[in-house]
Amino acid sequence: MYLYDQYDQAMVDARVEEFRDQTRRRLEGKLSEDQFKPLRLMNGLYLQLHAYMLRVAIPYGTLNSRQMHMLADIGNKYDRGYGHFTTRQNIQYNWIKLEEAPDLLADLASVEMHAIQTSGNCIRNISSDHFAGAAADELVDPRPYAELLRQWSSFHPEFSFLPRKFKIAVIASDTDRAAMKLHDIGIQIVERDGALGAAFYVGGGMGRTPMVAPCIREFVPLDQLVPYAEACLRVYNRYGRRDNKYKARIKILVHELGKEEYARQVEEEFAHLLSQGIEPPLAELERIKPFFADPEFEFGLPTGIDRSDPDFALWVDRNAVPHKAPGYVSAVISLKPVGGIPGDASAAQMHEMAELTKQYSFDECRVTHTQNIVLPHVKIADLHALWTRLDAAGLANPNIDTIEDIIACPGLDYCSLANARSIPVAQKISQRFSANGRTAELGELKLKISGCINACGHHHAGHIGILGVDKKGVENYQLLLGGSEAQDTSLARITGPGFDEPGIVDAVETVTDVYLRERDAGERFLDTYRRIGMEPFKEALYG
Amino acid sequence: MKILTGNDLKSGAVVWWDGTGWSIYVNEAVDVGERAGEILAREQSARRVNAAYAIEASRDANGVRPAHIKDRVRALGPTVRPDLTLKPADPEVGNWVI
Repeated sequence: MYLYDQYDQAMVDARVEEFRDQTRRRLEGKLSEDQFKPLRLMNGLYLQLHAYMLRVAIPYGTLNSRQMHMLADIGNKYDRGYGHFTTRQNIQYNWIKLEEAPDLLADLASVEMHAIQTSGNCIRNISSDHFAGAAADELVDPRPYAELLRQWSSFHPEFSFLPRKFKIAVIASDTDRAAMKLHDIGIQIVERDGALGAAFYVGGGMGRTPMVAPCIREFVPLDQLVPYAEACLRVYNRYGRRDNKYKARIKILVHELGKEEYARQVEEEFAHLLSQGIEPPLAELERIKPFFADPEFEFGLPTGIDRSDPDFALWVDRNAVPHKAPGYVSAVISLKPVGGIPGDASAAQMHEMAELTKQYSFDECRVTHTQNIVLPHVKIADLHALWTRLDAAGLANPNIDTIEDIIACPGLDYCSLANARSIPVAQKISQRFSANGRTAELGELKLKISGCINACGHHHAGHIGILGVDKKGVENYQLLLGGSEAQDTSLARITGPGFDEPGIVDAVETVTDVYLRERDAGERFLDTYRRIGMEPFKEALYG
Repeated sequence: MKILTGNDLKSGAVVWWDGTGWSIYVNEAVDVGERAGEILAREQSARRVNAAYAIEASRDANGVRPAHIKDRVRALGPTVRPDLTLKPADPEVGNWVI
C-alpha cells in the first residue's frame, strides 16, 4: 500500500500544528464559532447531537495493521471504546472533545492518516473497489489511479471551495463494487487496443435528487487522467449553483445542461488544459504503482476446505470471495451482528482485526462502503484458523450480501441532520429475519437505511431501501424497492405511504413474502422486482 | 415552557441552562420565558456554551421533556447504546425518547 513520502508527511504534520493553534485560539476566545467552524470542518471535526464527531479519511478504504491498531487506540483514548465505519470507507468517532482533537490528529499523523477533506465543499476521500488487487475479474488494481487523484485533490487550491462537496470513486472491473455511477465522478479503468484508459461517468449521486451518472467519455488516456478530471471540476466550479445548496451538486448541473452540452464544455476546457502542459508526469504514476504491487503469493497452495463444521462452512459460503491467486480468497469480516449496530466495532475488535490483518492478509485490510472489513489476501488453508479467531471476537457473522448485512447511517441516534433513527430499524430487521430463518432462502438481498433525505445509508440503491422522515414530530419510514448500486445501477422507487417503526419491519417481511411467492428459479429479489414490477408488492402492502 | 440547550465548548457535551449555569441533566433545565435571546447572547460570548438554541418543552411528574424527538435523543444519549446514556444501561431510554 502507499506510504507517505516526506512531502505527504510534512503536509499532514503542518496541518496538525495549524489546527492546534486554531483550537487554542478558539478556546481562548480569539476566534468566534462562526470563524472557527469552517476551520474545524476542514479537519473533519463536526458538532453532532451528543458531542464533536471526527471523520477520519481512509483513502480507498485501505489500512495496514499499524493503522488499524491506531484507530482502536484512538477509540479507547479519545472516544468511548469504539468507532463507526461509514458508507464512504471512512471511520467516525462520536464522542470527541475539542480540547483533545489536536492530540488525536497528531496520533493519526504518526501512522500516515488524517481527517483532512472529510467535510466541506471540496473533493472528499477517493473511494474504490474493496477487493482491489485481489479480485479475479479486475483489469488492473484501481488504487494507483485513486492515489494519484488523492494527491492531486489534496489541498487543491482551486477546488477547496466548490459549490458543494465532491465525491470520486475509481474501479477497474466491469463488476461495480463501489457504487461508481452514484458518485460525482465515477471512473472505470478500461482497456482499448491494448492501452489502458479511463471511462468517466459524471453527475451521479444519491441524496435529495438521486441520479445515475451518464458516461461523458468512454476513454481518456491515462496520462491525461488528471487534466480530464480537472476539466470536469472546472466546468462545475464555474457553473455549479452556489445560490441554492439543494441544487449545487454537479448532478444538477449535468442534468440541467444536458450530458452532451456538459461534455462539450469539458472537452473545451480539457483542450485548453492540455495546451498548458500542466498534467502530472507519468513518472509520478509509475512511482505510485509499486506501492500497490501484489504481495508475494505462494504457489501450489491447497484449495480444499474441510466443511465438516457447518458453522464454518456457512461462513465460508457467505463471507469468502474468490481471489485472483490460486489458494487464496478475500475474507469479509461482517460488522453486522444480529441486533447489532451496522458498522460499529469496539476498540478490542479493531485490535483483533489488526492482528488478523498482519497474520493472515499480508498486513493489509480494507473498509467497505457496505460497512464491513475485508482481509483481501487470505490463504484458503488459513480460513478455519481465521474464522475461529473471528468467532471468538464476535466477528464471524455469516451474512454478507444477505438481508442481515444492512447498510445504515447513524441516523437520529447520532446525527444532527437526521429526521429518524436508522439503527433501531436495522436491528429489528436483522433480528426478525434471523429469528424466522429466512435469510438463507432470500439469498442476495441488499437492504439500506437512511435517517434522512441526504441518503448516507444509500437507501436509493437498496434492493429494499428505507428512508426515515419526520412526520409531525414522529418518526416515519418510507419503503423503496428496486435500487442497485452495482453495475446494473438503478434507483429505487417508493412503494407508497410510510410506516411507523414496527410497521416498517412488518412491511419488509411482507415484500420478501411476495418475492418468495413470485420468484422464478435463480432470481434474486431485485430480479423478481424488475420482472413483475411494483404492483404485486403494493397490493400486498396496502391491499 | 421554553428551555435552552447547546453543547459545552470544550467537551461538546449536551448541556441545558439551569438558571445560573449549564447542566448535563435535562431535568435541571428552567423555563426562560422571553429571556432566551438575552441569555444565549451572553453565554455564547462568554464561551460557556456552543451552538445553543431555545426549544419548547414540558414538565410533568417525571421531569422535563423536550417537545421534539431530536432533543429527547440529545437529552439522554443514543437510544441504541443504553450503556452510554446519562442513565447507564437504562432499557427504557428508547421508550422515553419516543
